[in-house]
Amino acid sequence: MRRYFGRKLAIYLVTFFLAVTIDWLIPRLMPGDPIQNMLARAALNANAAERMYTYYTHAFQLDLPVWQQYLNFWNALFHGDLGISTYLFPTPVADIIKDAIPYDMFLLLPSILLSWWAGNKFGAFAARTKRLDNTALPITYLLTATPYMWLGILLAWLFGIVLGWFPIAGAYSYTMSPHLSWTFVGSVLKHWFLPFASLFLVGFGGWAIGMRNMIIYELEADYSHYLEALGAPRRLIRKYAFRNAILPQVTGLALQLGVIVAGALVTEVVFSYPGIGYLILEAIQNQDYFLVQGCFLFIIMGVLLANFLIDVVYVIVDPRTRRGMVGE
Amino acid sequence: MSLRVEDLTVYYRTLRGDVHALENATFSVGDGEIMGLAGESGCGKTTLSNSLILLVPPMKHVGGGVTLDGKDLPICHVDKMNRYRFKEISVIPQYAMNAMNPTRKIGRMVSELLRSRGIDPRRTLRELENRLDLVELNRRVLRMYPIELSGGMKQRMVMVISTLMNPSLLLADEITSALDVSTQKAVARMLVGFRDREIVKSVIVITHDMSILYQIADSILIMYAGQLAEKASTEAIIHSPRHPYTKLLITSLPKVGVKHAETRLQGIPGRPPMLLDPPEGCRFRDRCPVSFEKCAEVPPLVEVAPGHFVACWKEFERNA
Amino acid sequence: MADEPTPKKRNEFLYFALRNKKLRVGLTVLLFFVLIGAFGTLLTDNPPEAFVGPASSPPSSDFWFGTTFFGQDVFAQFVVGLRATFIVGALGGGLATLIGMLVGFVAGYRGGMVDESLNVVTNIVLVIPTFALLLIISAYFEVRGLIMESLFIGVTAWPWAARAIRAQTLSLRSREFVDLARTSAMRPLRIIFTEIAPNMMSYLVMAFILEFGGAILIAATLDFIGLGPTTGFSLGIMMQYAVLWGALPLGTWWWFVPPGAAIAAIVGALYFMNVGLDEVFNPKLRET
Repeated sequence: MRRYFGRKLAIYLVTFFLAVTIDWLIPRLMPGDPIQNMLARAALNANAAERMYTYYTHAFQLDLPVWQQYLNFWNALFHGDLGISTYLFPTPVADIIKDAIPYDMFLLLPSILLSWWAGNKFGAFAARTKRLDNTALPITYLLTATPYMWLGILLAWLFGIVLGWFPIAGAYSYTMSPHLSWTFVGSVLKHWFLPFASLFLVGFGGWAIGMRNMIIYELEADYSHYLEALGAPRRLIRKYAFRNAILPQVTGLALQLGVIVAGALVTEVVFSYPGIGYLILEAIQNQDYFLVQGCFLFIIMGVLLANFLIDVVYVIVDPRTRRGMVGE
Repeated sequence: MSLRVEDLTVYYRTLRGDVHALENATFSVGDGEIMGLAGESGCGKTTLSNSLILLVPPMKHVGGGVTLDGKDLPICHVDKMNRYRFKEISVIPQYAMNAMNPTRKIGRMVSELLRSRGIDPRRTLRELENRLDLVELNRRVLRMYPIELSGGMKQRMVMVISTLMNPSLLLADEITSALDVSTQKAVARMLVGFRDREIVKSVIVITHDMSILYQIADSILIMYAGQLAEKASTEAIIHSPRHPYTKLLITSLPKVGVKHAETRLQGIPGRPPMLLDPPEGCRFRDRCPVSFEKCAEVPPLVEVAPGHFVACWKEFERNA
Repeated sequence: MADEPTPKKRNEFLYFALRNKKLRVGLTVLLFFVLIGAFGTLLTDNPPEAFVGPASSPPSSDFWFGTTFFGQDVFAQFVVGLRATFIVGALGGGLATLIGMLVGFVAGYRGGMVDESLNVVTNIVLVIPTFALLLIISAYFEVRGLIMESLFIGVTAWPWAARAIRAQTLSLRSREFVDLARTSAMRPLRIIFTEIAPNMMSYLVMAFILEFGGAILIAATLDFIGLGPTTGFSLGIMMQYAVLWGALPLGTWWWFVPPGAAIAAIVGALYFMNVGLDEVFNPKLRET
């Protein structure tokens, strides 16, 4: 088991290092000058603009040699300092991200967990009868082939505009400010539902298909035939098949994280939902180095952490890993 | 009589048509008898064994019946057969090495199996432990995962599980094929021990390894291309076989201690026929050194001497 | 010499392939869209960017898919967009499959340190949320074309194919005919291409189909947030404009429904074909 975790951690650390380096590097290669951009918004005469430019360039350390900027970056990182945003000057990037995180968690966690669980259950169920298999399967294939943002748009249009049941922008009503009351909670939930449903449905399709295939594979395994030959009821055979089929679905979750992040990002854009995805887009469009950097960094860390958690869960769920037998 | 099989015919459904895997099998196995079932790969041994205990698609029942201890076995009804499975007829499958759920501790799997069949695992624990001792497995095995056991250990564990309810008939399919020679002997002996202690009443040992049968079988049934060729006591089969196929089979076996510098190893020239569209009559006809016109008709299995059954027109001629 | 599919076996595959329902359905849908993409411009005279009709008008006999906010012909855009989508799918998916093939083959065949190090690389690329990476890389290039987009996608989407191909190579490597080739002193690259690859054709085809579908989805998503090609149309870009120009509150559904529906149909058909192919190549899965 130590070997199993050792290898995983090593890969995560290398990935983190590489990702952070890329993260630091790419925004610096982006076209456009963030300081210019920022200053353009404040109407200053040429003289003042030039002095402000030198001031801010210095303040943002953009006049230091590149390698020094890099090292300073790592240093700041360990102090939790992600710099100051130029787009939303003078708010620190870390604060901006902190405000966006709860929305992402609120959207992502339930949709990932629920779609995984429901999808797996449904996939296992669909594998039982031929008729259900033939009707349900094409639908799930279509669901998983649906682009996230299109489903979001469809849902927004059908349930938001045509039927008018749900709002289609923001995390809560514009007329409110966050406070603890039922009306606020209600508003939050109403704004949350459509983006959540969008993410849930696409994910559901994918997991259902995967699980159905795994279950069929397990039902054809030798141990299933042996139980059949010994007269065990289908219930027991299905229970074992499910337990074994779920294992690759757990690792599958780790592999899908990248896709899910992309989907969440795009869904946030459709619904103007103030999560990290929405933020990173704004940052790119406004050439805000530090915000882009911070968002990307946060996404990387989140994904790596999630990967690690899933590895832990896998060890718990597959008893063979504890005996040091299996494990990638 | 323990087991009586009457005219059992089972085909495999495939996209290209039916494979005639088992044709008019008729034989019986007595109480306490260990019958070997031998023949080349693809002769229908496993089909026969599966027909008795798990006749599921793509297999289809075409004709014939099976009686066990006087009761008709509903072999074509998968659900109705359940009350007989494990309790009166059981199997040690060919894939015994992979027969146990890899993610369940063995003890837990056994108790879940028992409970699902309406048996209280606590009451059988003592007996289970006794059986483990019989096959020389440490009781610790119940707390381990299958992957922690060696091939031989898994084989013996499956032997214990399959015979836990003292079935009348045990089908042992290639239980020694994947083992080394010394373990083979041990496992074969354990099987006999099970019969002697009346843990199982009768056994059908399916194998292509005649030497094992020579050691433990009371009688041997030879199959060829889905048809029964000969059934007789082990002595008779080995030392005085009457079916041409059996004769060639026995003589083609390498003998221990004989150097093959002088005599060449004789195989049987030719190959068994395809069973998708099998030839008429005796299927050994094309490779048989003594075949003649009558062989175009299927020879029935006839008792040519007490307890010695042969399906060969030539042999009937001799007898007549 | 090698265990190549004999003519009889190849015909067996063809026989089952033609009869497989899933394959037939998927292929039909796919061909339908390919035909529209290829010949659709013959069905309409309007160039996609031209302002040819009344703004935001619903589907009619003049404009089959209605018009955009600016009075452009949605159907014309749709046809051009289809082409772009197919091109990116083929190029991006093809590149990803190619890289995956190389990495997978070499890792599976060589084993040892080569395998280990390639595995580490694969795992790293797998873990990095490549979409976030694509975002940033795309933003760096001010002017982007279809080829560039395909390149980006191909270079980030390969780990999945690499893993699958490596697993297959591993299982084939230990087969007798490969040993035979090895002992006859064939050069490794030649062995890979003449002995192993033909037996893996089925897996390679299936891997390509899945990467094709995946590339289409990634491209559409990138296009939607404005990081696709800077000129031209694609189905994703259509959806982006639709949302940007108020298709939702205005209810001009004909602008965003067709492009997304087409993507879902095409990718769905690809997945379906894949399942069908799996049944053709693996007799055990065939329904008797």
